[in-house]
Amino acid sequence: MIPQLRAKLTILAQIFWVFFRIGPSSFGGGYAMIPVIEREVVQKRGWLGQEDISDLVSVAGTAPGGVGVNSAVFIGYRKAGVAGACMAVLGITLPTFAIVFLLSVFYLYFENNPKIAAALKGIHGAIIALILLAAFKMVKTSIFDVATTVIVIAALGMLIFTSIHPIYVIASGVIAGILIVGAKERMGLNVRMEKETTPSSEQLLFPEYYI
Amino acid sequence: MLGKLFFVFLKIGFISFGGGYAVIPMIEREMNHRGWVDAHEFQKIVSLAGMSPGPIATNSATLIGFDLAGFPGAIVATIGMVLPSLLIVILIVAFCMRYQRNGQVKASFYGLRPIVTGLIIYAALHFGFLSHSETLFTWSTLMTLLISIGCLYAILKYKLHPIVVIVASGLVGIILF
Repeated sequence: MIPQLRAKLTILAQIFWVFFRIGPSSFGGGYAMIPVIEREVVQKRGWLGQEDISDLVSVAGTAPGGVGVNSAVFIGYRKAGVAGACMAVLGITLPTFAIVFLLSVFYLYFENNPKIAAALKGIHGAIIALILLAAFKMVKTSIFDVATTVIVIAALGMLIFTSIHPIYVIASGVIAGILIVGAKERMGLNVRMEKETTPSSEQLLFPEYYI
Repeated sequence: MLGKLFFVFLKIGFISFGGGYAVIPMIEREMNHRGWVDAHEFQKIVSLAGMSPGPIATNSATLIGFDLAGFPGAIVATIGMVLPSLLIVILIVAFCMRYQRNGQVKASFYGLRPIVTGLIIYAALHFGFLSHSETLFTWSTLMTLLISIGCLYAILKYKLHPIVVIVASGLVGIILF
């Protein structure tokens, strides 16, 4: 009983530590983290097999929330159940939480310093650039036929010109997807639901929209 | 307050498809609606969240929570934001690992992905330029635009790391503003 408990605690501590170290390196985005996680979890520790990585990527990418946190939950749960999942999330969240917290305390003290305010204004420009970059990458992966083009334009129109809550915009996307694919199938058309990827373009097509 | 903060971010967490940037319009909507954070303050929060390592949505939750209710607020908002990921990913792994092979799920994402793209484009436009109600082309928005273009050029052409670009534009900001 006691050795078992100790083994369990050891594995939980290891899970925490692995994600604690990966957490702060997540600057630059979710999908960019997948290779780091793969090296640590598959190659170094053997917690997952290489064949599990594609499952990991698709679950982490489709569940709500960020790819980093979702991957942590996936691996932690596979390795040590619910407790493992919780430790993994704690590990990946704690370092960034601490950094953001310190930053906001720091900012509170220097808010009225003109130099700091000016620097933040400059950084504002850089953040817009990062968001645009993410948008550009998303356009490349998600817009590939007439229907997806219409959906993105409609979504932008709704967001800019109406005050519909984004949650309904998201829901209408899901409904539109099911209806369009259903209609195309009924008409006997060949439905392509994802952009085809060639191995060489895969790197480019990983949308790094999670920073 | 802490309870409200938790449930608002829990709600946002459950619909945070697409992770970071796509969630910004959602957070702004909720904050504006409740009168918790005004547009100007929100811009500063997104700048701070974006320059920190880690996910921008969770970082924003931490900052807003701290802003509204101190350290406990920061913890509560962050937990609210990540809890849905925890629950949903566990459910998927435990019960329906093969769900992505399901045609309906694929069809949903066929429609959802362009929406997420729209949300991110909107985030860039809105966060960048549209939220100023004053005249569109002031010297300051023009400078912001130039910094953005410079950053895009540096990242795409010279493959600079985002952190380098962020520090550089902070310095440029000190010189310009």
